[in-house]
Amino acid sequence: MNIPDDLFYTETHEWIKREGENVRVGITDHAQSELTDVVYVELPKMDRHANAKEAVAVVESVKAASDIYAPVKGTVVEVNKALEADPGLINREPYGQGWIFVLKIDNVDELKQLKDSEAYRKQIG
Amino acid sequence: MTEAASRKTPLYDEHVRLGAKMVSFAGWLMPVQYTGIVAEHQAVRNNVGIFDISHMGQFIVASTPSSQKSGGEGAAATWLNMMLTNNIDKLDVGMGQYTFLLNERGGIIDDLIVYRIGDQNFLLVVNAARTEEDLAWLQEHFSVPVRIEDRSANFGGVAIQGPRIGELFHALFGKDVELPPRNAIADLPFGETTVSVARTGYTGEDGIEVFFRATNAVKFWNAALEKGKPLGIKPCGLGARDTLRLEMCYPLNGSDLSPERNPIEAGLGFFVDLSKPNFIGRDVLLKTKENGLCEKLVPFRMKEKGPPPRPHYAVFQNGQRIGEVTSGTLSPSLNWGVGMAYIDAAHAKIGAEIDIEIRGQKFRATIEKKPLYKKSTS
Repeated sequence: MNIPDDLFYTETHEWIKREGENVRVGITDHAQSELTDVVYVELPKMDRHANAKEAVAVVESVKAASDIYAPVKGTVVEVNKALEADPGLINREPYGQGWIFVLKIDNVDELKQLKDSEAYRKQIG
Repeated sequence: MTEAASRKTPLYDEHVRLGAKMVSFAGWLMPVQYTGIVAEHQAVRNNVGIFDISHMGQFIVASTPSSQKSGGEGAAATWLNMMLTNNIDKLDVGMGQYTFLLNERGGIIDDLIVYRIGDQNFLLVVNAARTEEDLAWLQEHFSVPVRIEDRSANFGGVAIQGPRIGELFHALFGKDVELPPRNAIADLPFGETTVSVARTGYTGEDGIEVFFRATNAVKFWNAALEKGKPLGIKPCGLGARDTLRLEMCYPLNGSDLSPERNPIEAGLGFFVDLSKPNFIGRDVLLKTKENGLCEKLVPFRMKEKGPPPRPHYAVFQNGQRIGEVTSGTLSPSLNWGVGMAYIDAAHAKIGAEIDIEIRGQKFRATIEKKPLYKKSTS
């Protein structure tokens, strides 16, 4: 299972990439493999403000719909429109073209609560 | 996946070896997918796929030898005709039929296939989740010299489905052996053993279901995978089984069928013979026919590309709530959201528009004819 060391992770299987004042968010390779073929993505609304652990997006596979949570408190400043036409990007490139949204972080200190790759690797066993 | 699954089919190790994602289903650890639901679904529509159906219950119902001596030759058939909705008398030896086991309220305990494997010998293949309940119900209603044997634990089975079934069948059983006709079942030699091959399935494609002793399961499974390799065979999990059956509007017990629903409401009156003098649930079904239905199970298709419908989503028409989705998914063949819902019978008209509420937002859908997918329209 691919778990890049330069990313942060949540218990709910989002990955987080720090980009200055922003974080880019997607779901992990493990999550996409558990979800199976992604067939629909409901993107967050632009400019939406969300608390940490608040559901902001939905990823649907053939079998089920799963909520995607904001990893930290912040405002949605970018969404990956490409997923509307090609939701399978999440399966094919979970850490690349399959990113879901970008949050402008309210409080950078909150990032400390996220897991590093080692902790996430342990979580999924 | 909260239910504790302990039981493993005789093919469990093969599924794990093939990298299947295993889930708990009806108390069994079953493969939900191997490589991916969509790819497995397409393998069945375009080539051929193999499913483990060893979790399904298998009963043998037969007249006892003493009943045959004492002149009660028809005991098993007569009794099954009381217990099941379809007409056993229409079955020649070697043929099977889809039928229902109903409670006294006409509600569906189970939907199953009964095969007449001898004049007074029947094989019932029932849903895994209902096996124990079915058996208890059948035993509770014994009234004639019939014996029922639950062979579920000692037998396994696979479904092999897809347009290339003919080629695979001959590769497995020999060039000169004929495929049983549709809905027929035949015992065929396989290696040193014998397996039962039925021309039935749950995918809408041509195919067979093969039943064998659990000890032969691995050998048969691997032979089918090996002989099927040049035909593009894929092992297929419950995920693809569900999308395939839903495209055909075949009901799933526990989702589309339940003890609170009768076969008429489910749109499956074809498998109920009301001209039989008596069977459990008949009175209620007759009344249902007389008085009209309250609700009806209808297939529907989303109008726009959007989120797929899911079980329990509410159904509306002109702002009025008229029902609930029982099955829904993104159809891999159509690449479109489809489903089935119980709705107010007065609104259940083919072509009528309904709204499916998905996360607080309404999405337009159209009530369709069965099936939701036809080969020619693809």
